[in-house]
Amino acid sequence: MLKCEVQEPGRVEYASAFELQQQLVARRKAGAIPDQFILLEHPHTITLGRNGHLENLLAGHDALSSAGIAFHPTDRGGDITYHGPGQIVGYPILDLREWQRDVGAYVRAIEQTMIDTLADFGIQAGRIPKCTGVWVGGSKIGAIGVHISRWVTSHGFALNVSTDLRYFQYIVPCGISKPVTSMAQLGCDASWAAVAERLAAHFGRVFEREMIPAGVLACS
Amino acid sequence: MTDVVMPQMGESIVEGTLTKWLKKAGDRVERDEPLFEISTDKVDTEIPSPAAGTLSEVLVEEGKTVGIATVVARIDECGGAAPAAAQPAAAQPAVQPVGQDSTPAVGQDSSPAADVHVGPPPPAEEPAVAAEPTGPLSPLVRRMAREYSIDLNKVKGTGAGGRITKQDLEGHIARQQDAQPAPAPPPASAQAVAPPAVPVQAATPPPVQTPPSVQTPPPAPVPAAPPPLPGGQAKTRIEPMSTMRIRIAEHMLASRRTSAHVTTVHKVDMTKVARMRDRHKADFQSNYGMSLTYLPFVVRATVVGLRTYPLLNASLEGNNIIHHNEINIGIAVALENGLIVPVVRQADEKNVLGLQRSIVDLATRARSRQLKPEEVQGGTFSITNFGGFGSVIATPIINQPQVAILGVGAVEKTPVVIDDAIAIRSVMYLSLSFDHRLIDGALADQFTAKVKQALEGWSEEVL
Repeated sequence: MLKCEVQEPGRVEYASAFELQQQLVARRKAGAIPDQFILLEHPHTITLGRNGHLENLLAGHDALSSAGIAFHPTDRGGDITYHGPGQIVGYPILDLREWQRDVGAYVRAIEQTMIDTLADFGIQAGRIPKCTGVWVGGSKIGAIGVHISRWVTSHGFALNVSTDLRYFQYIVPCGISKPVTSMAQLGCDASWAAVAERLAAHFGRVFEREMIPAGVLACS
Repeated sequence: MTDVVMPQMGESIVEGTLTKWLKKAGDRVERDEPLFEISTDKVDTEIPSPAAGTLSEVLVEEGKTVGIATVVARIDECGGAAPAAAQPAAAQPAVQPVGQDSTPAVGQDSSPAADVHVGPPPPAEEPAVAAEPTGPLSPLVRRMAREYSIDLNKVKGTGAGGRITKQDLEGHIARQQDAQPAPAPPPASAQAVAPPAVPVQAATPPPVQTPPSVQTPPPAPVPAAPPPLPGGQAKTRIEPMSTMRIRIAEHMLASRRTSAHVTTVHKVDMTKVARMRDRHKADFQSNYGMSLTYLPFVVRATVVGLRTYPLLNASLEGNNIIHHNEINIGIAVALENGLIVPVVRQADEKNVLGLQRSIVDLATRARSRQLKPEEVQGGTFSITNFGGFGSVIATPIINQPQVAILGVGAVEKTPVVIDDAIAIRSVMYLSLSFDHRLIDGALADQFTAKVKQALEGWSEEVL
């Protein structure tokens, strides 16, 4: 079975995490490292996808900075989203040529990883056709936005564990005016680390990878 | 000249949006250098150039969504010494599909339809359809397979775990050459085969202004027709369905499978409504800037029917009946290549003016694709106005998970018998398709009769 290294660098600024991803993508393309699965947390950040619509950002830049929220346009798919404490952000750096050359299947598999993880905590989550992401009832709990270069993936997903959902009021998440939710709001008091552990396990199962701790990799 | 095509990014993905050109026309590109970016559902992908050369033509602009295998650009591999603008005209005839007029204006037609099956296969990095055999392949094997156009599924691997090795490929190539004395030309020379065909066909079909298609009569048979050539005019054309088309197809079939469809038809005397409409038409146009149609009257009458028989306003979810307290009426709107059903919310709270305004607004924005997702959701009943296209009676398909849909036929002046005398009345047929799982025929007809009664005895003086 192919190996996939798991890294959990803790709370990382968006820009630093982006740089880390780019380094890993370059090394993955060169075949210098196996697939990577990074699980981390961002400080309060709003990011806008390449095809995002700025009108889905409901607050001005002044309002954002006074609320202590960073803003980053970025090169992933999807629209606008919020990252912050209590949310698990997953960045799989995968060479899809060694899995399936199918971006649709990739997105569905990422959704499955989150759905199976939530099920472990007694939360029944699912999909809504043509609204990519993971949903509980009509509320979004997991968001997805991916970038692919030469079949190597970057960016990934965000799962709300105990995210302060009030921060989503600054945006129309993913350009869809549907509510967001978190595991905590659904009455689940699981810790960030416990959920991260299950995410890595399900990721390994869904993608058929042996999940191993990362080697020595500096997080700049 | 190498065609750059929209790659297939996955089995279920039939189109992509070209979000960004990373090179401009006239720029030099290297093979495998990122050339453009595309976006599919939540995924942005950089697409590398399939060849080295000069980007001679950009055929699809940023922001456009096109089907897979659509040619989005052309790369001139001949070094690019000549200015970019001069390239297309000079290079065009060689790649002209047989039967196509050679005027550049037509040749450069960038409509996806004209381009689908023209040109060499897509870059090997993103194979379009040919599934690769399972098991890892070395870069050398990949490259050889690409250069000699070998379908790797037809090659038996003798390496570890059935892996295909260089030797396997060499053996395969040798066997192929034994089988056919004329060596299979590598892809690059395919263009050179085309020119001989040009004089033959150039004389036969008259110059046409439109690309050849089913609309033009078939050209007279060519004596001693040359064998079919790559890039020749095919008898069929394959076009992947758009995402919207696929969704419509799935939705329609799912509805047919789900509901027990029955259609009942009632004849409605629209004379009173027609008079009312005639009386207000001119004022309406000058006051509100839109024409007054029959549709808002029908919606208003439908609301009366739904209030009286609220089961028609319900939906079914498994074995549960969902009763809706709001009356949200979906209006089917025909688009250029499909249809969409935006919803008039709380239709029971609107008069004819408000309904007409909502319908015009939703239809206009549907056609310019400016509807918000929530504006096509939450309908509790639907109306489809095929009468607008001249149809008198049709049997509509229910818009799931609703339980009924009302089809509105054309209003026509018809001789009818009233009190044993023949009179001219404005007559329309209403076709109600209902789900017999929930709605029985008697109820369906009571409802339709109620709608008919509201229209025939139109009593509201206020629009």
